[in-house]
Amino acid sequence: MNIGAEERARQLSGRTMSNAQYRLLLTGMILALAAMIIFAMCIGRYPVKVVDVVRVLWARLKTLLGAAEPAKNWDPMSEGVILTLRLPRIIASVLVGGALSLSGAAYQGVFKNPLVSPDLLGVSNGACVGAAIAILLHLNDFGIQALAFLMGIGTVLLTMSIPRLMRNDSVTMLVLSGIIVGGIMNSVMGIIKYVADPETELADITYWIMGTLKKATSTDVLMVALPILITTVLLLAMRWQINLLSLGDNEAKTLGVRIGLVRGIIILCSTLLTACAVCICGTIGWVGLVIPHLARMIVGPDNLKSLPMTWVLGSMFMLVVDTVARAATSLEIPLSILTGIIGAPFYLYILVKQRMKMS
Amino acid sequence: MIMEVRDLSFSYPNGRKIFSGVNISLEAGEILTILGPNGVGKSTLLNCLANLLKPSGGEIRMDGKNIHSISLREAAKILGYVPQTHTPAYGYNVRDFVVMGRAPYLGMFQRPSAEDYALADEVMASMNITKLANQPYTEISGGERQQATLARVIVQQPKIIMFDEPTNHLDYGNQLRVVHMIKDLAKRGFAVVMTTHMPDHAIMLGGKTAILNRQGNLICGNTDDIITDENLQNIYQVDVRVVEVAEAGGKVCVYAKSDASV
Repeated sequence: MNIGAEERARQLSGRTMSNAQYRLLLTGMILALAAMIIFAMCIGRYPVKVVDVVRVLWARLKTLLGAAEPAKNWDPMSEGVILTLRLPRIIASVLVGGALSLSGAAYQGVFKNPLVSPDLLGVSNGACVGAAIAILLHLNDFGIQALAFLMGIGTVLLTMSIPRLMRNDSVTMLVLSGIIVGGIMNSVMGIIKYVADPETELADITYWIMGTLKKATSTDVLMVALPILITTVLLLAMRWQINLLSLGDNEAKTLGVRIGLVRGIIILCSTLLTACAVCICGTIGWVGLVIPHLARMIVGPDNLKSLPMTWVLGSMFMLVVDTVARAATSLEIPLSILTGIIGAPFYLYILVKQRMKMS
Repeated sequence: MIMEVRDLSFSYPNGRKIFSGVNISLEAGEILTILGPNGVGKSTLLNCLANLLKPSGGEIRMDGKNIHSISLREAAKILGYVPQTHTPAYGYNVRDFVVMGRAPYLGMFQRPSAEDYALADEVMASMNITKLANQPYTEISGGERQQATLARVIVQQPKIIMFDEPTNHLDYGNQLRVVHMIKDLAKRGFAVVMTTHMPDHAIMLGGKTAILNRQGNLICGNTDDIITDENLQNIYQVDVRVVEVAEAGGKVCVYAKSDASV
């Protein structure tokens, strides 16, 4: 029996890494992400050398910090490709991947359910309706982004107000409310698609729903960077509270957690993150569901460790997916198609692996 | 007096009364066992005492403070709660689970410090469960999970600890072990309140016993005075006798042989 216990402890030691191991791993992953960013800048229809990427970025960084314009000893075409085409898009993909994964992990903790994705309370459904209305009204890109963002947040606020009206602050009530509001938004979406002009508007709507970073400009990135940064920092700072909330309302309450307030802040931060991501690139499935699982598989379920890991993994994943989307074929591939093709089988792999450990 | 309950009552918004006129007083180091038939509202009473439900009337004072006029955090420093065993969604390591007992002492943006982890380690060592520290909470046995939760509540450093049916779903040996653990807590100075379906556990724990009857009244007093043939027959509606057994070193409850109604 003792041997069995030791054997079990040895098997489990993979998931119980020490703090030092964890810190080393996280630092390594962040460096790897940086390397992947530089590598991704080289890839595309117009290939650029790694040296040129580093030189251009370094020179740009120095001028941003106030240094004089240095002598350019590289191909001017490369500079344009790197700075105006690839850099905004690559930063956008990193921000979007991190945002979607982090908000998925936070939702999964707050709702005590590892099968939950950030769309649970209707942010994506609402954003789709917002974008579709903007497309019907022939608004410009900024109009589409703004309306998608506002409708996404508005939908979640509507979802959160139903339990308040019912004077029932249980998680179940909130989830049911999300299903109701999401259902209504889906129907509205149906109406919009039905009346949209199939040649132009419907095509635009469909393309938007499948998600793409093709149109991401540096203005877009600058616009969402600050809210994403603030909410990311807040969520990471509150990640131990997610541990407490995941024990259930009663236990959290007897540990002194003001569950309504803490849960509200975490849901709002996660929703803002998703809304920011969705408004610059459309809806992208699977990332928020699968990446947190992967992080927990590597560092264990403690959110102190798994949340930072989720962010790095999500950023890496989205960077790879978006690079494939823009460079694999001459035609731009919608992101949701790729995340689904990679994400769904990968999810199956995680489930099979966990199943085997349990039996 | 560490806990004082005066004229406590609870009714649902539709007017259905669960209990009323409940008075309890408890000293540090004392144990109160709450008995009662299924569905009578033991859990509701315990949830009111544990600050999870707001009673319809009456007052609860703990450590001299009215529990409803202080914050949840302040209350959590006085009052610890051990829920019924259940399997949570995430398999946190027992050590990470135990350290969550420090929550009332940490702000919203804080994380447990090295000292908090050291306290968790110390408590686990004192309970001889250090070997569980790196095991997932979801993959240990029910008895071990009960010990882990107990470690968490000790790390919380409250003055009163409440247990919701702590012996539920445990095998016979683990039930007795839990009873001993609770006795030990009282010796260390914690006041303990627990609900149970086993009058024998009340006898083993000694101290005070309260019976919530079908009319929603609470009879509370010294265990010896409360656990009587008449009271037990009244709440369980079966022919139960309380008899002296030398091997048990005191009283035990037995079913009367003549009882034909079961």
